[in-house]
Amino acid sequence: MNYLDFEKPLAEIEGKAEELRALARQNEGMNVEAEAAALDRKAGDLLRQLYKGLTPWQKCQVARHPDRPHCRDYIEALFTEWTPLAGDRNFADDHAVMGGLARFEDRPVVVIGHEKGHDTKSRIERNFGMARPEGYRKAIRLMDLADRFGLPVITLIDTPGAYPGKGAEERGQAEAIARSTQKCLQIGVPIVSVVIGEGGSGGAVAFATANRIAMLEHSIYSVISPEGCASILWKDAEKMREAAEALRLTAQDLEKLGVIDRIVPEPVGGAQRGREATVKAVGGAIKAMLKELSGMDRKALIAERRKKFLGMGQKGLAA
Amino acid sequence: MNWITNYVRPKINSLFSRREIPENLWTKCPECGQMLFHRELAENLNVCTACDHHMAISPRQRFTALFDGGVFTEVKVPEPLADPLHFRDQKRYPERMKAAQKATGEKEAMLVAEGEIGRTPIVAAAQDFSFMGGSMGMYVGNAVIAAAERAVKLKRPLILFSAAGGARMQEGILSLMQMPRTTVAVEMLREAGLPYIVVLTHPTTGGVTASYAMLGDVQIAEPNALICFAGPRVIEQTIREKLPEGFQRAEYLLDHGMLDRVTHRRKLREELIVIVRLLTGKSPAVLADLPPPKPVAEARAPVPAEGGDAPA
Ligand SMILES: [Zn+2]
Repeated sequence: MNYLDFEKPLAEIEGKAEELRALARQNEGMNVEAEAAALDRKAGDLLRQLYKGLTPWQKCQVARHPDRPHCRDYIEALFTEWTPLAGDRNFADDHAVMGGLARFEDRPVVVIGHEKGHDTKSRIERNFGMARPEGYRKAIRLMDLADRFGLPVITLIDTPGAYPGKGAEERGQAEAIARSTQKCLQIGVPIVSVVIGEGGSGGAVAFATANRIAMLEHSIYSVISPEGCASILWKDAEKMREAAEALRLTAQDLEKLGVIDRIVPEPVGGAQRGREATVKAVGGAIKAMLKELSGMDRKALIAERRKKFLGMGQKGLAA
Repeated sequence: MNWITNYVRPKINSLFSRREIPENLWTKCPECGQMLFHRELAENLNVCTACDHHMAISPRQRFTALFDGGVFTEVKVPEPLADPLHFRDQKRYPERMKAAQKATGEKEAMLVAEGEIGRTPIVAAAQDFSFMGGSMGMYVGNAVIAAAERAVKLKRPLILFSAAGGARMQEGILSLMQMPRTTVAVEMLREAGLPYIVVLTHPTTGGVTASYAMLGDVQIAEPNALICFAGPRVIEQTIREKLPEGFQRAEYLLDHGMLDRVTHRRKLREELIVIVRLLTGKSPAVLADLPPPKPVAEARAPVPAEGGDAPA
């Protein structure tokens, strides 16, 4: 288990319980179960306490937790006949973006998502979930495919943002993001998005310009990272707590602002402590969102999507 | 609904917002260091006469030089919610807004207008870098949408001059949502079969580049303009190497196939007239026959800094 800094007291209690049980395993006849169980209860209470009142910055940390289920985990658990499709037909295949055909609840669909990787090797291969222009162009190609064959598009958002690299800029990062957003607005099939971790800026919007948008309870979605915002507005990247607060990047605030449609609850202790339950809940949300859009024809889907975005910004937050 | 609120025949004073009136009559070129007589600089559309460096130009100044006879009509932009997040960094957002309004004499970071260029009716929008770095918040989004709607209503091409440091962080996620919102505006023009021409000016970065500023039917940039998604400093920090000379500048993008043209500001008006007329099947412009745009120098005679009814 990877502990976050604010989980340190929890790590101590859980560590103590673990130590006791290890001791008992070594010394026959030693009974520690009552004591260990008490520690478990204490840890459970503390966990509930911690996750009930997560600050925006703590949510950023949870959203980036390495043990959270990632795009690949959702695809493996929720879809059958997963058939990855590669490449942008121009330059390369971007491994930060997974995309392909699959079946969801008996229905053929196109799935597109950012994949961050789960260990050093796969993180490097996936470029930490930061897409390059090829990733957006692959997504554009797959959205076109979905449109031609009438398949709903499901996107899973989990990216720190677009990759700030030399080649990415030379190959038209900005244009690729703009065209991907534009493609989202053009296709006549349902698009549903779920922010499963980090919704980082333009890299997220490029896939999340959808008919329905859900966020996991402790995920974030923001115009800029709290660290980036802090270094610009506070001239001090260490002010990320203040920036996270000010940016209103939590699922709860975004729902109030009318930017997202639903929040998918996470188990106590976050998605990283209940991976299966989280994946299942996301599956339920995708099913519900697709159901809401069933029966709408091409024109209605496009018109609804436009209206949704044009109408954003009517609601502010209470002072 | 009547979008037109006022018919503007720019008076000398309204041409200037305060920031454009130098303390004295000289401006130093930030590129070559040449001292430039203010009037001479204005006559040359804020392009250094010594080194051709393109300095910032306000939307009003640009429109005055762009439209026939300097005549244009402002298009009203729907007012968004003020400070929807109650954003506060070291200053409150409304205070930053007030300071920017005072410094520029403008309400927000984009101006939309309709008028004629070379007797060709168009709608134009221009972003104001001196207003909070031209940042894109809900107002700028509304301005792009209003410009597109007006163009569709009048069946006219839209010419948009971009300039922005990126998104308006003080509007958080709502500034990010201007990327899809402004893209809807581009879609409206596309469906109506109307040309959408983007002129990228220094600097155009971040979410602005990654939405309406890169979706033009024709993409023109002013010389040496920085055009990017991620800025050079962020990239250098990420890849830990020095970037090549001219990286992310207009000419570099042209070389990499990301732009149609790089055009000097003085030649821009004529070029826009030609492109718009070609795209809309109009006869060649008879440029010599036209009333020339009011000599800029005449309109730009220096006025006292505190003078007249300069908007505050
Ligand atoms: Zn110069």
